[in-house]
Amino acid sequence: MYEVLLIAGMMALTFGPRYLPFALAGRIQLPPLVTQALEFVPVAVLTAIITQATLYRDGILVINLDNHYLVAALCAFATSLLTRHMFLTILVGLVTYGISLWLG
Amino acid sequence: MNHKVRLSLALSGARDTIPLIIAAMPFGLVFGALAISSGFSATFTMAMSVFVFAGASQFIAISLLASAAAFPVVLITVFIVNLRHLLYSASLMNDMHALAGWAKPILSFWMTDETFAVVTSRRLKYPKSPGLFWYYLGSALFMYLSWQLFTWIGIHAGEQIPDLSKWGLDVAMVVAFVGIVTPLLKTKSHWACALTSAVSAGLTFHWPYQLGFLFSCALAIIVGVTINWKTRPEVQHV
Repeated sequence: MYEVLLIAGMMALTFGPRYLPFALAGRIQLPPLVTQALEFVPVAVLTAIITQATLYRDGILVINLDNHYLVAALCAFATSLLTRHMFLTILVGLVTYGISLWLG
Repeated sequence: MNHKVRLSLALSGARDTIPLIIAAMPFGLVFGALAISSGFSATFTMAMSVFVFAGASQFIAISLLASAAAFPVVLITVFIVNLRHLLYSASLMNDMHALAGWAKPILSFWMTDETFAVVTSRRLKYPKSPGLFWYYLGSALFMYLSWQLFTWIGIHAGEQIPDLSKWGLDVAMVVAFVGIVTPLLKTKSHWACALTSAVSAGLTFHWPYQLGFLFSCALAIIVGVTINWKTRPEVQHV
């Protein structure tokens, strides 16, 4: 039951923002401040996820080279800054994770 | 517009989406495997891909649930993450408002980063061309079916190899997100937003129910908007 509710809730909250502008097409325009705030949503949310998934290992803050996730994320970041290539970024991240794990 | 033209438009939509599907492929695989190794059932995992169909939200929901986040926090986070789709739909709505009522929910359900990117570049290349709907449909349907296939493969990989979670699969999610965020850092305000989010999320990790996560997102958005307002006083339209 919990799982059904969760999926129904997620479905509604995913579909809503996708559908609303189509439903309102030609009728309203979003205030500029809201449009601006929306523009920052992906950066804010994804960075928070990356940070928490990277810096904490089993609930403990680990900022050194023993943290393989941190090594992989930093190498991926450098790759993405230089190349902006999604596939290469993932590849470099996974390979450096493997190397870091193997050396570690 | 006859069936042949519609079909060829849909096929070119699907064809143009292939590079993006290749990039999303490991994402779907990892989602399926990660959900299974975090203790979720195959039905639940598959249902999420079939009914929710939002990669980032699905990942976030799984990782929040696995870290015992409260139900409302999961839903609020999913909602916040999906707000970007509001932007996507808003930017396409002028091209789509002439569509029949039944077509709009279909387009909305299948709105993804990938399809939005492909359809937008088509729209800019051939402005006011008819049949954008069919092009969209081809891209979206192909994306949807691939996502289901790779979730399914991921689920089976996760079931065959029970300790897959110990392999550190979520590192793939982390680096994929890095690959999505970095190209978005175009202005000083975006960098400030990212930096705020990172520092705040790092400091508030231990807040209950993942509230530190929501707080960090809100704070980072406020910082981004404020700096944007100061450095570029003219109002921007998306």
